[in-house]
Amino acid sequence: MKLWRTPLDADKVRVPHGVVSIIIERCKGCSFCVEYCPRDVLIISKKFNKKGYHYPEVISAGLCVDCNLCEDICPEFAIYSDPEEQHSTAQTKENA
Amino acid sequence: MSTAVTNTAPTGERQVQHHPKDTLLRDDRLPHIWCPTCGIGTAVSCFVEALRESGIPEEKCVVVSGIGCTGRVAGYLNLDSFHTTHGRAIPFATGVALANPDLHVVVFSGDGDLVAIGGNHLINAARRNMNLTVICVNNFIYGMTGGQCASTTPETARTSTSPRGNTEYPFNVPYLMEACGASYIARWTVLHIRRLKKAMTEALNKNGFAFVEVIAPCSTLYSRRNKLGTGYDLMKFYHDNAEIRHGANTKDVGIGFQTKIIVGKFVDITKPTFLEKYQGKTTGGGK
Amino acid sequence: MSDHAVLTGEHFMTGDEAAAEGGLAAGCRFFGGYPITPATEVTERMAERLPEVGGVFIQMEDEMASMNAILGASWAGVKSMSSTSGPGFSLMMENFGLGIMTETPCVLVNVQRGGPSTGLPTLVGQQDMQQCKWGSHGDFEVIALSPSSPQEAFDFAIHAFNLSEQYRLPVFLMMDESVGHMFEKVVIPPADQIKLVERRYTTKKPGDYLPFLPDEDLVPPMIKFGDGYRVHVTGLTHDEKGYPVMEQSCHHPLVTRLVDKIKKNAHKIYMYDEHYLDDAEVVMVSYGITARIAQQVVEECRADGKKVGHLRLITCWPFPEAKIRELADRGVKGFIVPEINLGQMSLEVERVAGRGVPTICVPNAGGAVHKPEEIHAAVREVIK
Ligand code: SF4
Ligand code: SF4
Ligand code: SF4
Repeated sequence: MKLWRTPLDADKVRVPHGVVSIIIERCKGCSFCVEYCPRDVLIISKKFNKKGYHYPEVISAGLCVDCNLCEDICPEFAIYSDPEEQHSTAQTKENA
Repeated sequence: MSTAVTNTAPTGERQVQHHPKDTLLRDDRLPHIWCPTCGIGTAVSCFVEALRESGIPEEKCVVVSGIGCTGRVAGYLNLDSFHTTHGRAIPFATGVALANPDLHVVVFSGDGDLVAIGGNHLINAARRNMNLTVICVNNFIYGMTGGQCASTTPETARTSTSPRGNTEYPFNVPYLMEACGASYIARWTVLHIRRLKKAMTEALNKNGFAFVEVIAPCSTLYSRRNKLGTGYDLMKFYHDNAEIRHGANTKDVGIGFQTKIIVGKFVDITKPTFLEKYQGKTTGGGK
Repeated sequence: MSDHAVLTGEHFMTGDEAAAEGGLAAGCRFFGGYPITPATEVTERMAERLPEVGGVFIQMEDEMASMNAILGASWAGVKSMSSTSGPGFSLMMENFGLGIMTETPCVLVNVQRGGPSTGLPTLVGQQDMQQCKWGSHGDFEVIALSPSSPQEAFDFAIHAFNLSEQYRLPVFLMMDESVGHMFEKVVIPPADQIKLVERRYTTKKPGDYLPFLPDEDLVPPMIKFGDGYRVHVTGLTHDEKGYPVMEQSCHHPLVTRLVDKIKKNAHKIYMYDEHYLDDAEVVMVSYGITARIAQQVVEECRADGKKVGHLRLITCWPFPEAKIRELADRGVKGFIVPEINLGQMSLEVERVAGRGVPTICVPNAGGAVHKPEEIHAAVREVIK
């Protein structure tokens, strides 16, 4: 993250980190998530899903700030993000 | 429910089978029928968030749709939902809302359904200040039937029934709604997800007739006929050409072909609803 | 509050008013209507009365809206009703079909006037009898009751609600202008003497409930919106879950069931009156206001020594085929069907009676009831 100055409380403020989850078979390859992710976390995969669409892939996992934008803009309910902490405690929602 | 998670972390994404919004969706019907890059799905995604934020109990929310691409929304929401005939979502919803005022009744339908064939119901429900939340996805065209001209198609735009360009004047829907007396009127594009979500939340919690126009790309038919590129190109167009103007005079918010789209919250007033006025005049009271 | 819904006692009122009172006595608490002659008095009565009993009246913007509003109210758990006449009836047809497809109980009163088109707004007709059966697109069966007096307008309005709840469909009360506008004595019984059929709600829990899985009588138990079942209801062809399925394999059984739930229960639904049928050589078949003139003719014929009987239809739909067949098989010489149209229910009599027994329609395109002499002439044709 580029900051124009280092905040005085930088040691206290925690930048949220997100983990991106994708339901590959729902994706129709519109690329909205890729284009509108503010952190360029995603790219369109070279691979296809069963319906023949190129779905997104994470290329820079560490950069995800869990802003949920990809989740909200996705017309297919095919992608979402969770705060990283959730995964260190309970591994996934599905497993919980 | 499948619990399969393929975790390619730390660098990759988790591959999963379920989405946190699935509890409000009939996920056994996904993927939905809408075309790739169609904005209707995004509008539904915003609605799901808005409903959660509104605090309305899910079992008290009823969604009613008419016919058309957006008319299919009712079938994907995991709520009490009714898919009426073409144009008649509003009167059906009126019956529900008056018979049980504890229910929050949402009409989720398209421009052709609500403004053209259902136009009489739209204006009368707004006039009565019926306690309804109306979400009108405007894709500028009849999508389900293959891209015919609508009463909202911008002038000069080409459709299959205006192959030489539309020669009719389109409706300026917010202006129409204000003239009819709607209590809440907002317009956003599906690119404005946060603001659209907020508008939907406000509309859900509005006591009275609340109208949200959602500008969404019909990336398949409208865009192809008019050589406007992909759904993403339409989103870019909204990004570059949408101007936020809260409280704008609705007279000025008509939409031309590929012209500026004025978005924002245009009207937010408070006045008694149909039922409040009716019950004020009747001895028996409501229910 | 509820006693006020049932105005126990003797009244002098029109058929239109009586139909409204019947609805209220049956528990109707929502009415969406649009003014149209000669049904306006039903609407006006409801506007006056519903607030007194805690119900809601709304004058909708047109008849398409009225029909949808009553469907919506029904799904919210409230018994609902509308009334109209010819032109409005035509406008309601599409959404009547929605009520059939979504199996929505409600009652629709048609006070028939002369048609086609704007026709004779203030004068009598019985010209929508086939329209109510076939007027919406697709295959379906309907229930239609025809009152011959204001008293019956009251009684049959209640019965129409009962049938609509029992079989889950919009039920027609097919009045005519003469009965609708006629003032007569109407006796309204005490509330506890009125037999009501209430909606059959599911006993299943949300997860286990399939909204369109029928019981043995082919009728699925219902829910109401807001009860947490999260049902999806659509006018599209749907499976037992209520989900759209665009396949013949789903469509055929669904439409067949919608038809069969009436057809196979028809023997429980039929209602008719018979007079002098035992030895009748000629059988008059009539309904509504026409039945009153037909009955007079039958009495005059009997006084003359002519063996004429009368089958008065109360349910025009489902049509009492078994009864007509029985009479035809017994060898009656002919059926005479006076009706205020150019031959609608007579088609049905003819279809069932077959070629062996003549069916004579006494036509009348509307505007006035038959003159008894017109019907006598038809009798003379059969009994020379
Ligand atoms: S949550 Fe935000 S930052 Fe993370 S991938 Fe989605 S859009 Fe990008
Ligand atoms: S926004 Fe959704 S549908 Fe579009 S590419 Fe991303 S995951 Fe796929
Ligand atoms: S036809 Fe247009 S509006 Fe309909 S689903 Fe496709 S893109 Fe969306």
